[in-house]
Formats: sequence, structure tokens, C-alpha cells
Amino acid sequence: MTVTPGWYMALAAVLFVIGGSGLLLRRNALIMFMSVELMLNAVNLTFVAAGRELNVLDGQVSVFFVMVVAAAEVVVGLAIIVAVFRRRSTASVDELAELRG
Amino acid sequence: MVETVLFVIFGIAAVGGALAMVWARNPVYSAMGLMVTMFSIAVFYVSNSAHFVAAVQVIVYAGAVMTLFLFVIMLIGVDKAEDRSERFRYQRPLTAGLLGLFVAGVLVAGREAWTLARPAGAAEANGTIENIGDLLFRRWLLPFEVTALLLIIAAAGAVALAYFRGTPDEEEAEG
Repeated sequence: MTVTPGWYMALAAVLFVIGGSGLLLRRNALIMFMSVELMLNAVNLTFVAAGRELNVLDGQVSVFFVMVVAAAEVVVGLAIIVAVFRRRSTASVDELAELRG
Repeated sequence: MVETVLFVIFGIAAVGGALAMVWARNPVYSAMGLMVTMFSIAVFYVSNSAHFVAAVQVIVYAGAVMTLFLFVIMLIGVDKAEDRSERFRYQRPLTAGLLGLFVAGVLVAGREAWTLARPAGAAEANGTIENIGDLLFRRWLLPFEVTALLLIIAAAGAVALAYFRGTPDEEEAEG
């Protein structure tokens, strides 16, 4: 049995779904944020696998751009989490209901 | 053969790390699980001849990003007392249903796309630094410059979020 890129994509789909479930089921803002990172990583894996299948390097260049956007997102997101924690002393997203109608 | 063995070992590690991340009560264990998953994905990159991307994955994700996460976990304290009861009683069944539907959709829709035949006689795309750099600084130069702008904006935003905070009275007045 050889590992085709389809196997990597199936694994990436599984990782994406695990990340999505973490995002939907956990309350801790940090862990939700890590779930988003996991989903981004899963998508990166599909980029690389598809690039190998199609014999182009553009997939790997796309991974770089996803990584840059993820790094920017981590910087701003963690700053927001720390700023919220300073005010409310909690990282639970359920406690943050100031904008409720 | 080597690739199959690597895929099985690190596939199990990646899924196990991801599950550990979602289920661990302690955020530090969650971060460790995510780190295992990221290293496993770096191994998959090497299997797919994306050597430079694998190096960047280890340095940027498993190194810098996860260190930042652990730093923030330590900064705001390890909160183990997370309330796991759902206020919306259909949340868990709905989550399982939606995600199952997503997996089924991906598997069904992707069955065609995943069996694309490689163009005959084409050389394997090799993700060396030289090839990646050639593509990045010729074809994708403008997006590359735009990401530089994005990073500056993100850094300025982080500084603004950390720096501009009023006294508690002002915060009450704002709220």
C-alpha cells in the first residue's frame, strides 16, 4: 500500500473536524484559539498534499501565507485574551456577555 | 513503504494529540497535545517533499506560536475549573451531527478530486529553499509584501491593546 495525497487529505479532514469540535465544545478562550490553529494546520496539510498531487509548488507558497496570517492572528488574539482577562479575570467565553441584547 | 509506516505512526500521533488538546482539562496539556500534532504535521510535510515548509512549521508553529500560547497560559493562570455543562441542551448532539455531516461530505465530494492522475513525465515538485524562494520572490512578490504590511499592523495592534488601558474608573465609565 502506498500513501497517496488523498490519505493526507482525509487525515487533514479528521484534524479539521477535531479542531471544529474543540471550537464548539470548549469554553476556555485559549483552547478555542488553539482549535482554530489546529484547523489552520489541517488546511495547510491539504495545500501541501494537493500541491504534490498536481506537481506545483504554489501549494507550499500558500502555506507560507496561511502561516503569516495565523501568526498575525495569534498576536492580536492573545493580546485581546490578555486584555479581557485583565478586566474580567476570566478566560471563559460564556462570562463575556456584555453585548447581549 | 517508509512513507506508509511514517504515515501510520504520525497519523495516530496527530489525531491523538488533537483529541488530547480538545479533551484535556488543563490548558497546558492542551498546548502539549497541539504541539505533538504540529510536529506530526511537519513529518507529513517532509513526506510530501516540502522540506522548507516543514522547517518553518517546526520553527514558527511548534516553536514561536506554541511558546506564546504557553506564555499566555502561564500569565493568566491555569484554569482547570471550566464549566462543562452546556446551556444550550442540543449543543453536543448538534455538534456531532454537523461535524459528521462535514466529514461525510468531504469524503464523498473529495473522492473524485483525490484520485487525480499525476501528469505523465512531470518531475516531482520539490520544496527546496531555492525553488520556494524563486516562486515567492517572482510570482508571489506582491502578496509577500502585503503580508509584511499585515504583520506590522498586527504588531501595532498588539501594542495598542497592551498599552492603551485606562484606569478602572475610566473602564467603568466606558462599560
